[in-house]
Amino acid sequence: MSEHTTSRTIYFVIFGALMVLTVLTVMAARLDLGWANDVVAMAIAVTKALLVLWFFMHLRYSTRLTILTALAGFFWLAILIVLTLNDYVTRESLFPFPGK
Amino acid sequence: MSTRSTEQAAVAIPGGDVGGHHHPSLQHHFDSLAQQKEASTFGMWLFLVTEIMFFGGLFTCYVVYRRAYSEAFVAASHSLDWKLGAFNTAVLILSSLTMALAIWAAQVNRRKQVVFYLIATMFLGTVFLGVKAVEYADKFEHHHVPGPSFEWHEGGHAEPLDGAQSDAPPLEDKFAQHVQIFFSLYFIMTGLHAVHMICGIGVLAALLLPAWRGRYNSEYHNPLECTGLYWHFVDIVWIFLFPLLYLLGAHAT
Repeated sequence: MSEHTTSRTIYFVIFGALMVLTVLTVMAARLDLGWANDVVAMAIAVTKALLVLWFFMHLRYSTRLTILTALAGFFWLAILIVLTLNDYVTRESLFPFPGK
Repeated sequence: MSTRSTEQAAVAIPGGDVGGHHHPSLQHHFDSLAQQKEASTFGMWLFLVTEIMFFGGLFTCYVVYRRAYSEAFVAASHSLDWKLGAFNTAVLILSSLTMALAIWAAQVNRRKQVVFYLIATMFLGTVFLGVKAVEYADKFEHHHVPGPSFEWHEGGHAEPLDGAQSDAPPLEDKFAQHVQIFFSLYFIMTGLHAVHMICGIGVLAALLLPAWRGRYNSEYHNPLECTGLYWHFVDIVWIFLFPLLYLLGAHAT
């Protein structure tokens, strides 16, 4: 078979890492870091997501086509969020949110 | 004689089946099991891309309103029980582990373990939904569900919405309205996530019988693999929902 059989050990290690990161994100949230709270929370969430994608979702053994498909999904997500915010951030002073 | 050699030529496709027999799980329009697996994984990922955009719209909405009404979002988030959220995060991560182990068990031809890990994954998914139900019930009890019976007494400043008009009935204050936006997003995002969990548990249930009959083994386990991709994706969505919804107000304690 061309397919890779991942050893069980790596799954347990990734599970452990995800649990540690979950504890970290809770601990970080309890500190008042101002704007950095969001940055830390998102950095941890992205790390966790990458671990899940790479190991649990087998992207590391996937073909380039599959990896490209996954990347395309997140690339379009980035377009959605960045261009929408681009609009909101630059026009906020002209068209403020109701009640602000 | 000539017919025989043609037959042999027909099965001698690169990566094709060995010994002239079609693998029972190989569908006729694929050359080989490897090609069949590649196609199903690619198809599943295309579906997941649409799912990324589906949830992506809600996350974008969240970011826009979070920027606009950040104070109200922090106050509203503070009213959620982060311990239940953290517990559910752990449950989902554990269910991702059991899902990955179900595929591993198929890869090493351990039929009973495939069934065991599938049941474990379904069980953990059900625990997650149970905790969610408790949380939802709590929100209804405290009138934190957006709509006519919404009430907000915690934190924030009470200002009338349209300036104080003499004999108009007391209007909901702006702050409470912004808190309602948080709870709308909370219910839509966690609700959509929960619907995905329910679908996932349904798909896992459909895999149980074939798994019990030994349909999935080291050569063929595409349905397990694709369901795993879906299950892990739903886990990733929660990995982002947990800090964005539950942890904003954590340092306010």
